[in-house]
Amino acid sequence: MSKKGIEIGVGLFVLLGLAALLFVALKAANLTSFGQADTYTVTARFDNIGGLKARAPVRAAGVVIGRITSISLDPKSFQGVVTMEIERGYQFPKDSSAKILTAGLLGDQYVGIEAGGEIDNLAAGATIKQTQSAVVLENLIGQFLFNKAADAGGGAPEAKP
Amino acid sequence: MNFVQSIGARVLASLQGLGHAAIFFAGLLGVLPQALRRFGLVVTQVYAIGNRSLVIILASGLSVGFVLALQMYYALVTYGAAESLGLVVNLSLVRELGPVVTALLFAGRAGTSLTAEIGLMKAGEQLAAMELMAIDPRARVLAPRFIAGAISMPLLAILFSAIGILGAWVVAVGLIGIDAGNFWSIQQNKVDIWRDVGNGVVKSAVFGVICTFVALYQGYETQATPEGVAYATTRTVVISSLAVLGMDFILTALMFSTP
Repeated sequence: MSKKGIEIGVGLFVLLGLAALLFVALKAANLTSFGQADTYTVTARFDNIGGLKARAPVRAAGVVIGRITSISLDPKSFQGVVTMEIERGYQFPKDSSAKILTAGLLGDQYVGIEAGGEIDNLAAGATIKQTQSAVVLENLIGQFLFNKAADAGGGAPEAKP
Repeated sequence: MNFVQSIGARVLASLQGLGHAAIFFAGLLGVLPQALRRFGLVVTQVYAIGNRSLVIILASGLSVGFVLALQMYYALVTYGAAESLGLVVNLSLVRELGPVVTALLFAGRAGTSLTAEIGLMKAGEQLAAMELMAIDPRARVLAPRFIAGAISMPLLAILFSAIGILGAWVVAVGLIGIDAGNFWSIQQNKVDIWRDVGNGVVKSAVFGVICTFVALYQGYETQATPEGVAYATTRTVVISSLAVLGMDFILTALMFSTP
């Protein structure tokens, strides 16, 4: 085969490989988050973050508006500090609240943000004051059992042997 | 005492072999710049190593994608998670099967031909003739092939993954009737460009270096006889396959140990 033919063949091969990479990146993976559009950082403190993980989505009204960047524990208040970045196009009032929710019955956990009513918006680096922790199934069951016991014992659980 | 001595001799011999290969590798890295200056040689080798392997890689990728989609469907449909079919196929291809199966095929398709070619060059004393003409055969013969292998392998692996995902799409959407929108959106939600795709590319680059180096080393160090070349070709496949599988475990443990 001529030198030119070989060079054309190699050029096609390399282009085909790059096209495959582009296909996998764009169509079969989340290249959109790699675009790192303009974001601002917001933190929120939760008493219990449940199974929340870094890179979980942040949603408002079900629409993904950002991602969680890191999760740490505040050593003084013993609360989980969740840092998230939200796209700059979405501004929220200062008194917005954050909840940890679960997608479906067994799905992943994410942070849902509900807009408040104030005029001023959350600034970059601000902290969301009103938060609602993740629902921990064990606590829920414990509470239910306690209520049952209280009902059965007529308000005196220690009456049982 | 003889038993202990034989163990010691074996360990020493294998260590010596390893050291010899390492010195050879360092020498090869040293002459890479010379090969890069004559890039035409590398292009010719990419054609021989990469382009010529394209058909078998694409055919295997497609059939692996087909079969994975069919088999995973039977497991997933039990849990009502058939929509995740694309995700399962995508992750297993991009993270593991793409780099590993491509490397195994690459060792069989390109590695053997490299070993046989260089082994015969050595048997025909072409390498010795080059040295007599003050041409370093490592720079002229080995380095272009090494670079070509290291370039071709990641491209082949990503092509394998891409065609496999397309094959899974054909089976899932065309044959089984999974919604095409769900098929792609679940993948886009869960597959991370750096963590999954990027690490897969890093893996395949490492495998490319391993396979090409093993093939070149076996060819260069072969006994200059027909039996020697045959033995070296066999060893190329065995050693590169084992090295790829072993290295894959190490890389997977390093890359994906955290969920």
